[in-house]
Amino acid sequence: MINNNVIHVEGLTKMFGDFTAVDAITFDVKKGEIFGFLGANGAGKTTAMKMLIGISKPTSGKANVAGFDVFTHAEDIKKNIGYMSQKFALYDDLTVKENITFFGGIYGLTRTRIKEKSEALIEELGLENVATKLVGSLPLGWKQKLSFSVALLHDPKIVFLDEPTGGVDPITRRQFWEMIYKASHQGTTVFVTTHYMDEAEYCDRVSIMVNGKIEALDTPKKLKEQFKATNMNDVFLKLARG
Amino acid sequence: MSISISHISKSYKKVSALKDISFEVEAGELFGLIGPDGAGKTTLFRILTTLLIANEGAATVAGFDVVADYKNIRKSVGYMPGKFSLYQDLTVAENLNFFATIFGTTVEENYDLIKDIYVQIEPFKDRRAGKLSGGMKQKLALCCALIHKPKVLFLDEPTTGVDPVSRKEFWEMLKRLQLKGITILVSTPYMDEAALCDRIALIQDGKILEIDTPEAIVRHYPKAIYNVKANNMYQLIKSLNDYEHNHSVYPFGEYVHYTDSRTDFNPKELFQYLESNNLSAIEIEPTVATIEDTFMELAK
Repeated sequence: MINNNVIHVEGLTKMFGDFTAVDAITFDVKKGEIFGFLGANGAGKTTAMKMLIGISKPTSGKANVAGFDVFTHAEDIKKNIGYMSQKFALYDDLTVKENITFFGGIYGLTRTRIKEKSEALIEELGLENVATKLVGSLPLGWKQKLSFSVALLHDPKIVFLDEPTGGVDPITRRQFWEMIYKASHQGTTVFVTTHYMDEAEYCDRVSIMVNGKIEALDTPKKLKEQFKATNMNDVFLKLARG
Repeated sequence: MSISISHISKSYKKVSALKDISFEVEAGELFGLIGPDGAGKTTLFRILTTLLIANEGAATVAGFDVVADYKNIRKSVGYMPGKFSLYQDLTVAENLNFFATIFGTTVEENYDLIKDIYVQIEPFKDRRAGKLSGGMKQKLALCCALIHKPKVLFLDEPTTGVDPVSRKEFWEMLKRLQLKGITILVSTPYMDEAALCDRIALIQDGKILEIDTPEAIVRHYPKAIYNVKANNMYQLIKSLNDYEHNHSVYPFGEYVHYTDSRTDFNPKELFQYLESNNLSAIEIEPTVATIEDTFMELAK
């Protein structure tokens, strides 16, 4: 892998029959970067992300994630990344502790390591009083924070977050972003999608997909200059409306 | 008065979902119920649309009592629940015909009301609802909720998970419906949408935090608020959180919104403190509070 890039994508394409869902996208993501992956519903974000995390085979192009090729080493990618989706993240009918132990086991951590991680994580999130409660009984905001921590259990190089803060209250949403900053500060690369445009401003760089193509990619500051916009919401509206 | 809610409470087993809720929505008003998941928004919608009975309190919609006159309410309101209400195996046109028939009317009779919205999905009228994109489903669901010309329209999180472009279009549609005399009660977790309503109620944990116009709610923010910026966002948030005089520290786009606990706050002191924490390119400027600032202050 060249220099500091943990994701390298070149001409990546995915077709479903005649339909081109992802149309020759090219970009790099650096180590420790918070990379915002934006786009309207149906623009191809989810399809692109699925290829990057090794669960969907590209039609053509190149992609290297965490040092592994998506065509030939998809299984290695899965071991070296964390993934958190909005829909499914944790098992509601397992307790907080059981969820951590379960995912620790899935990621191949030793029992001792799981125990250490579990204690540290519960303390950090302030979940001591609910550690033996079912995850299903926790408020959404707590679940999302726990889910993010679980995605980081195996110290992945990159963590992929698919709309992690949808519907979460504004205070918890900000606490969540403080966790993202912390992870990035510690060297983990964060690849995140969101519909909250203020969150796009928190990213180091942002890409915006329109109809399967990446139409813009830069720091929020430069994108605002480029599109003569006062905030990222304006940038998004100008781009996605054509 | 189009909707009147008086001391409504509702519990599910041990969980108290709504606690003594009271407010009124005037005829023709676009009223927003603003709050995160789990605040009790859906429970309130279900009580007002007669699908759930409150433990305490009373409510009327379009002049009818939600318990005694529930049948009349069902004829006079449109309800678009958060999870889609459409029949996935029926086509766009079939869904619309179905809802019109159920309410004893025809698509033609009230076509004027839905025309603006329906023309956008008409090219797909023979497609099954299950095969539509999120934005198109949302438009079809709105048409179905309007086809019997309701007096009051209930929209439960119509824009959740929808991208900013479609969200903007959706609100433009609501404004046009309001001009046709329909009262609209809409809920959303997006604070920026609050500014588009005539009045809003901020709701969290089953309690109303405040009710007023968006302008008044922002005006009532109790503190001087500052935009703070520096070369490193993570260090900046950490330093501000460690600052002994902070009252609140919230990231807001490229800035951090900061309020101080003292009445005689001098930004220069904060500037020096941040410098001593090895931050550079520091900016501290007064700014105005947003609905989201107010919400967080009230929810604290």
